[in-house]
Amino acid sequence: MNVATSVATAAPTHPPIDAAALRDKVAIRNLEFFYGETKALKGITLPLYENKVTAFIGPSGCGKSTLLRVLNRMYDLYPNQHAEGQVQFDGMNIVEPGLDLNLLRARIGMVFQKPTPFPMSIYENIAFGIRLYEKLPKRELDQRVEQSLRRAALWDEVKDKLGASGLSLSGGQQQRLCIARTVAVRPEVILFDEPCSALDPISTAKIEELIDELKEDYTIVIVTHNMQQAARVSDFTAFMYLGELIEFGPTDKIFTSPTDRRTQDYITGRFG
Amino acid sequence: MVDVTWGGARVGAQDAAERARALDKLRLGDVIFHAITRSAAILVLLLLGGVMVALLLGALPALQTFGFDFVTTQRWNPVTEKFGALAPIYGTLITSLIAMVIAVPFGLLIAMFLTELCPMWLRRPIGIAIELLAGIPSIIYGIWGLFVLAPFLQQYVQPALISAFGDIPVLSTLFAGPPYGIGMLTAGLILAIMVLPFVTSISRDVFDAVPPVLKEAAYGLGCSTWEVMRHVVLPYTRVGVIGGVMLGLGRALGETMAVTFVIGNAHKISGSLLAPGTTISATIANEFTEAVGDLYTSSLIALGLILFVITFIVLAIARYMLMRIERRVG
Repeated sequence: MNVATSVATAAPTHPPIDAAALRDKVAIRNLEFFYGETKALKGITLPLYENKVTAFIGPSGCGKSTLLRVLNRMYDLYPNQHAEGQVQFDGMNIVEPGLDLNLLRARIGMVFQKPTPFPMSIYENIAFGIRLYEKLPKRELDQRVEQSLRRAALWDEVKDKLGASGLSLSGGQQQRLCIARTVAVRPEVILFDEPCSALDPISTAKIEELIDELKEDYTIVIVTHNMQQAARVSDFTAFMYLGELIEFGPTDKIFTSPTDRRTQDYITGRFG
Repeated sequence: MVDVTWGGARVGAQDAAERARALDKLRLGDVIFHAITRSAAILVLLLLGGVMVALLLGALPALQTFGFDFVTTQRWNPVTEKFGALAPIYGTLITSLIAMVIAVPFGLLIAMFLTELCPMWLRRPIGIAIELLAGIPSIIYGIWGLFVLAPFLQQYVQPALISAFGDIPVLSTLFAGPPYGIGMLTAGLILAIMVLPFVTSISRDVFDAVPPVLKEAAYGLGCSTWEVMRHVVLPYTRVGVIGGVMLGLGRALGETMAVTFVIGNAHKISGSLLAPGTTISATIANEFTEAVGDLYTSSLIALGLILFVITFIVLAIARYMLMRIERRVG
């Protein structure tokens, strides 16, 4: 039995993609990335389409997380890491020096592998990010916090204990809190770095559902080790291997009829 | 069990007997280990209790003679044998307060710089320098304070302070009087330098222990370094930071040698920080050799007891504060 087809049939069938309606939100061109002397990304060229979910898959160490961290310049926090090439986003090249990183990161939000609630109340966790950019009167701020929590499907569970510590929530709730926090800043792109790897199946299902809803308003990129997850949530899939982009295309096509041998081997579980 | 299906019941029983013997041997070892660890722990309690009892017994004559007046009066007259501890208590608290007011912000800023902003090649030199600062014996600080810092303060800093704050109501009292060079302010400054390494290195260590992903999450929202430090790192590490501050405060309260050199050793309370004063430990160190008469000696021991109590109260307050913060957040 061919596993690839069984994976694809397990996935919800995506509506056919209208190629003409696709718009580049981010265009990566010839991107190279270095950890010191080591080249971790080699000549990556890839579009991220607006209001679509793009999944990066590939075995550990293939560079998918590295690629994600280029998109919001997270690598800037660490010495000896640098990127070359082009990442076009709204008319600017993200990897160029002299960019306002705080503003970039507000426009390209990120949700991490492990839930990372800040050591403050649930309400403050959300309000904190909003206050960085906007001075809102208390009522509007309350509304924004509620909106964001609703958007992350967390409101009903926390509305009676907004003053409680964010750390008191369960792992799945914490992760949704982090999504709410990211959404509250009103980014245009949201990066998910293996958002479900620390969660149980029910929480995972909730997050996946959420990602599906969020793509109406945001462009979404998700790094995942779980191929079923990639098949379920993404519209486009990029398969990476040893720092190179091997294949990119509509998720249905990647999972049913990949053109590259290595993609075929990976999604059928022969390596990785 | 495997042995039942394999070798039959007889072999199983033999095995069991052997195993029981082996376990018995282990159990004996366990009992000994248990006893040793417990007696080591109890020894600490005994030592603490012994020190406390010795202090109490030694201080008893003075406390019986002067009663509660001992802590509320500031006369200190060995000739008439009238002793009151208010001046040293005041000096101890004020010099430590000055030290903390200066050392805590500086220490936190240095720790923030070292963990977040400092280029890699500069981290080690600065880190080592701070640890070396902690290794300098206090007598060196005393000599340096007396021969270098005090004259410098007397000549340049104190006159400037006096004239700058001369017309401002509260500050003019704090910085009044002739610039002696030595005095409460100088002692506080020396203490600040001595306490700085504690505050810095502990804060640096706890800042370093913050999970990188938590910081990334904050940066990911678009926070500046200051915002990350202020709203995420500091709240996350406050228990450790307060611990470091308390450790520093403990050292400042008890520091003897360096303070004795620069505080002026005057048994009086003055509103001015520039005036000479004394601290509990400085008084004890200075006067123990010349303490003739039981009451004099007893009064000095009573001072020691008070220092003990103050340190105890400081620690208790710290614990209480931590507990309250924990409860509010948790």
